[in-house]
Amino acid sequence: MTQTAASAPAESACAALVPAMTRICGPDGVITDPAELRTYECDGLTSHRTAPALVVLPATAGQVAAVVRECAAAGVPFVARGSGTGLSGGAMPRADGVLIVTSRMRAIIEIDRASRRAIVEPGVTNLSVSKAAEPFGLFYAPDPSSQVICSVGGNVAENSGGAHCLKHGFTVNHVTGLEIVTPAGELTWLGDGTGASPGYDLLGAFTGSEGTLGVVTKIVVKLTPLPEAVTTLLAAYATMSEGGAAVSSIISHGILPAAIEMMDALSIEAAEAAVHCRYPEGAGAVLIVELDGPSPEVEAETAVVRELCEAAGATEIRTAAGAAERAVIWAGRKSAFAAVGRISPAYIVQDGVVPRTALPAVLGKIAELSAATPGVRVANVFHAGDGNLHPLVLYDDSSPGATEAAEEVSGRILDLCIEHGGSITGEHGVGVDKSKYMPRMFADDDLDTMQMVRCAFNPANLCNPGKVFPTPRLCGEVPGVHRGAPHPAVASGEAELF
Amino acid sequence: MRQGTSGMKADEISELIAGACPGVTEAGPADAVAGVASACVAFPATLEEAAAVMRAAAQAGLAVVPRGAGTRLSWDAPPRRCDLVVDMTRMDRVIEHAAGDLVVRVQAGVTMGRLAAALGAAGQRLSLDAPASSTAGGVIATGTAGPLRLRYGTPRDLLIGITVIRADGRVARSGGKVVKNVAGYDIGKLFAGSAGTLGLIADATFRLHPVPPARAFVTCTCTGDGHAAPAGALAYVTRQDARPGRAAGKVAQAVTEAACSALVPSAVEIDQPVPGGPVRVGVLLEGTQRGVAERADRMAGVLGTVGGGAEVGEDPPEWWGKCGETTEVGDGTLVRVAFWAAALRQVLDAIEVAAAGAGVKPAVGGSAGAGVLYARLGGDAEPAAVARFVTALRGAMRSGPGGTPGTDTPGGAVTRGSAVVLAAPPAVRAAVDPWGPVPAIGLMRAVKDQFDPEHRMAPGRFAGGI
Repeated sequence: MTQTAASAPAESACAALVPAMTRICGPDGVITDPAELRTYECDGLTSHRTAPALVVLPATAGQVAAVVRECAAAGVPFVARGSGTGLSGGAMPRADGVLIVTSRMRAIIEIDRASRRAIVEPGVTNLSVSKAAEPFGLFYAPDPSSQVICSVGGNVAENSGGAHCLKHGFTVNHVTGLEIVTPAGELTWLGDGTGASPGYDLLGAFTGSEGTLGVVTKIVVKLTPLPEAVTTLLAAYATMSEGGAAVSSIISHGILPAAIEMMDALSIEAAEAAVHCRYPEGAGAVLIVELDGPSPEVEAETAVVRELCEAAGATEIRTAAGAAERAVIWAGRKSAFAAVGRISPAYIVQDGVVPRTALPAVLGKIAELSAATPGVRVANVFHAGDGNLHPLVLYDDSSPGATEAAEEVSGRILDLCIEHGGSITGEHGVGVDKSKYMPRMFADDDLDTMQMVRCAFNPANLCNPGKVFPTPRLCGEVPGVHRGAPHPAVASGEAELF
Repeated sequence: MRQGTSGMKADEISELIAGACPGVTEAGPADAVAGVASACVAFPATLEEAAAVMRAAAQAGLAVVPRGAGTRLSWDAPPRRCDLVVDMTRMDRVIEHAAGDLVVRVQAGVTMGRLAAALGAAGQRLSLDAPASSTAGGVIATGTAGPLRLRYGTPRDLLIGITVIRADGRVARSGGKVVKNVAGYDIGKLFAGSAGTLGLIADATFRLHPVPPARAFVTCTCTGDGHAAPAGALAYVTRQDARPGRAAGKVAQAVTEAACSALVPSAVEIDQPVPGGPVRVGVLLEGTQRGVAERADRMAGVLGTVGGGAEVGEDPPEWWGKCGETTEVGDGTLVRVAFWAAALRQVLDAIEVAAAGAGVKPAVGGSAGAGVLYARLGGDAEPAAVARFVTALRGAMRSGPGGTPGTDTPGGAVTRGSAVVLAAPPAVRAAVDPWGPVPAIGLMRAVKDQFDPEHRMAPGRFAGGI
């Protein structure tokens, strides 16, 4: 666990801001009590903890701008936080800084059916946008697994994906306008909501910048017509390589499902123990394929996918038509992360990406790594359609040296991803967790060029400093260790991880 | 002897560049950029040569304009200075087509036609309606897109990795060759639509889609009852259409129902050759044979209830994609009007009123379902009249639909629209600001200053004189 403490002068700089912050946000919009501050000490990456010096809860864009101006004038760093579900520590506070929490900014300002747009505040949860759009026959397509609780502002910061981004795209493909507070405290719009705004695509550069370029105060999102039909199909295989062959065969037949997910024997076993999902007994791999779209297309594609899955050697195929049957199939997949927590004292969630065609080779090497490291097992749960792996590195943190061994395996998996032309993160972000891996994926000039964008927006580097890019100040970066105990939101049933 | 705006003579520049790249010539009249003569043209054949050219240009302080096939080079403002055109057409390789991964990496100078042929052999496509003669780098730099933008977006949505050469000659990459990737900032987004002002695009990686086995075009024509648009249209005050018989109202209804339907159209286009005249509506559906047939029938029902009899065909109607940024403009003016799709009727009305007031007759068409239309005027239109038309239209775009106060002031309501002159003869450019208000222009200048502190990359070509 990484803990950092602030120096006394830094803390007093924040203390000096309290009267101004209270004037801006009201007395109930400022938190200074140490016990309360500790509840904000981490996001979903619980291995990194730092209590902020001060938490503010602005209710309007104007208040956010005023807060940022105070911080900028005082030279105090600030970090924005939505629901705190991020898995890379992107919203980890600074002990010497202010945490700007957007939970009071939860208005869905407008839903415009004919334009297929909504304007929302950053604290609005992802799923509530879709719920509000449903009466208009529309939904908000990006669906990160934490969609019940995660905020749209956080989604913008992380360019969140989700199981269905294979077909529908990422947050950046569904955001057409952002009102932001610049790190200097100015309110401005990036993009005018049309998707064809004049000038540089600052909106595109901002999305996924992990809170390092400014604070989002309003978001214009694209809404998508609800699919007329959805079919979910489960296919069981004796081996992972057969399941992988089925995935390749579906893609090479020109079919682009909404989602293709895969689980290996260890994760199936864990899910079965946790939620009794009744996946076919003894399966070495389970494939979940979801197709959505107009009824005649889904019908035709389902038939083809079924055939292809059979031809790849499926031992059993189940097809769900209704929402209830779909939920049964998804239950095992969605429970996988938490379920693994029940069969292992500790685990690390990894988030690497490889080209889809490299999946068999990389999975083979992960298995070798796992077999060669005593005390470490790797469960594979992943978005097979886009090659986004979520290996869960299982270990017993009470056993001497096991933590280090697990971190070694976790880091080696990222190396494998890079060697095969992939990425160190597909959807969780770099944050504090992976900044040390950035130089393995990018050359100095690449990182320098990215930092030029940061310098344009955030020259004083007070806006979420120490994230994304490796800096000498940060130490003790370790991969995301999840204890047996799940995230509080998962434990309370508010969110599910998958 | 030609002389570059840096003060160096063409033969000096040529000699300097020859040390970096053997392919260099003194520029001819055909190498002028929007009417501004260049001194030399470099033709790098490799990434190393291109980087060496950029380093040499940086050392000598040369103003550089990147060029692909030159199909859109007459767009945008003339550069303030131009010493060297860097022509990318010798870097025309398809570096890697990973068919199983639905990804392709290309050098910037490959033409879209050649790329389409290579991808088509594997049953795949890059889902942009780019002109076959344009280069991949040029399509990214201009951000051009056609009817498919409704479903697939613009180049920035399909670009997953990019290699650029900075103004100082350093080579930088961002993204990669996997579609799902959030490591680091996305430099490709910044370069998409940047018109060569941030650096030189060397190669690009795109996500691909399978070529659908079948397609259908469903079309109808909406005719009005002859009533003119209400004069108040310019102020967006006409929330309710006072004259429901007018074509604009029917078009808006047809387009909205098509775009909001669960039939997943790939494109919803309109075409109105004469302001106030009949409007043709067309919907493209793509998918399986049986699926497309059934969807086309149903879409014909959707359009038919609004626009009279709808027709279904396998081939695009002759007007498809003809009034837009992917077609030739010649010596005329092309204005892109972007708006929230709900404002379609108001925008059509505003165009009609602005055109009548200015005394011009633009042809109007484009991706109505995606909120992007183009007004196209011939080279014979009087420049002052074109300027009046654009200015009046911009006034309408400043206020939100339905009377919502819209403003471009920081922190105010989102402006919700723009009217940008993409291409125009010099006299029109001189008469009207081609860009109009650009939100966050200050941040754009800051980005430019970071990437090109000496303002040597296509200086003056972009919004706000960037």
